[in-house]
Amino acid sequence: MLVATVGNVVVWAVWVVAAFACLGSGIAVVSFSNPFYSALALIGNLGSLAVLYLLLSAEFVAAAQVLVYAGAVMVMFLFVIAYIGPRSDSPWMGGPSWQAVGAVLAAGALLVEIVVVIGLKASGHLANSEKITSAFGSPAQIGRLFLTDHLLAFEITSIVLLVAAVGGVILGAHARRAAGEVPPL
Amino acid sequence: MGPGVAWYLTVAGFLFATGALGVLLRRNPLIVLLSLEIMLNGANLALIGFARNLGDGSGQIFALAVMAVAASEVVVGLGLVVAINRKRITLDVDRLNTLRG
Repeated sequence: MLVATVGNVVVWAVWVVAAFACLGSGIAVVSFSNPFYSALALIGNLGSLAVLYLLLSAEFVAAAQVLVYAGAVMVMFLFVIAYIGPRSDSPWMGGPSWQAVGAVLAAGALLVEIVVVIGLKASGHLANSEKITSAFGSPAQIGRLFLTDHLLAFEITSIVLLVAAVGGVILGAHARRAAGEVPPL
Repeated sequence: MGPGVAWYLTVAGFLFATGALGVLLRRNPLIVLLSLEIMLNGANLALIGFARNLGDGSGQIFALAVMAVAASEVVVGLGLVVAINRKRITLDVDRLNTLRG
């Protein structure tokens, strides 16, 4: 009984810390004027999201989040930001003021829509979670699902990644030719 | 029991709205891309929360597919940013209107 209560408190404490770190770093990404700091804040956001995934017993997704997102994708972002150089703009200045008002209104409307839709469609079965086994979210289960039920999605993902890689190479080569660094084809 | 799925969905909704605010408000295309990542991650958190709630692993598969699409989108987006920067055009999404008809 006591052990269960202590475990409960620990889970809630971890949830509160991770959720507020997540929301705070999200707001920081949007409000920093320097894109370098925004990218660093996004790494914090992704890390705290990985903690939330662990609390939802999605171990493999949490590991992939840290490796793929916070590792590879953010390193690419930081390289491009370093290449382009510091170029800061503050979020509330420049551009007509109706843009800022409209952006805040649209984001608020989106939030209200999300709350209303989830409340209408899913409020009935949110309170009681299904029982899961300890294998839920493990690499073995994810791999089995990927290679049986979701094989088509798996293959399409590989094609999407190939197209993105080719597109990145073409965009880079085109930019270098346009800048006159290499002779045109 | 820890926090219910409704709490995770609340965080996911706020994350999505924060990202949408960044996409609409900021004019630096790099920060627009970063805010887009926040929106995708909000959707991912909702997917994984529902996967846990329904005891079905398919939501996690969906979240992994979203991650792959996000990585591809970052490659193309950053390629465009670098290409625009090489042409010495100001990096401001309000001025990138040469495709306007």
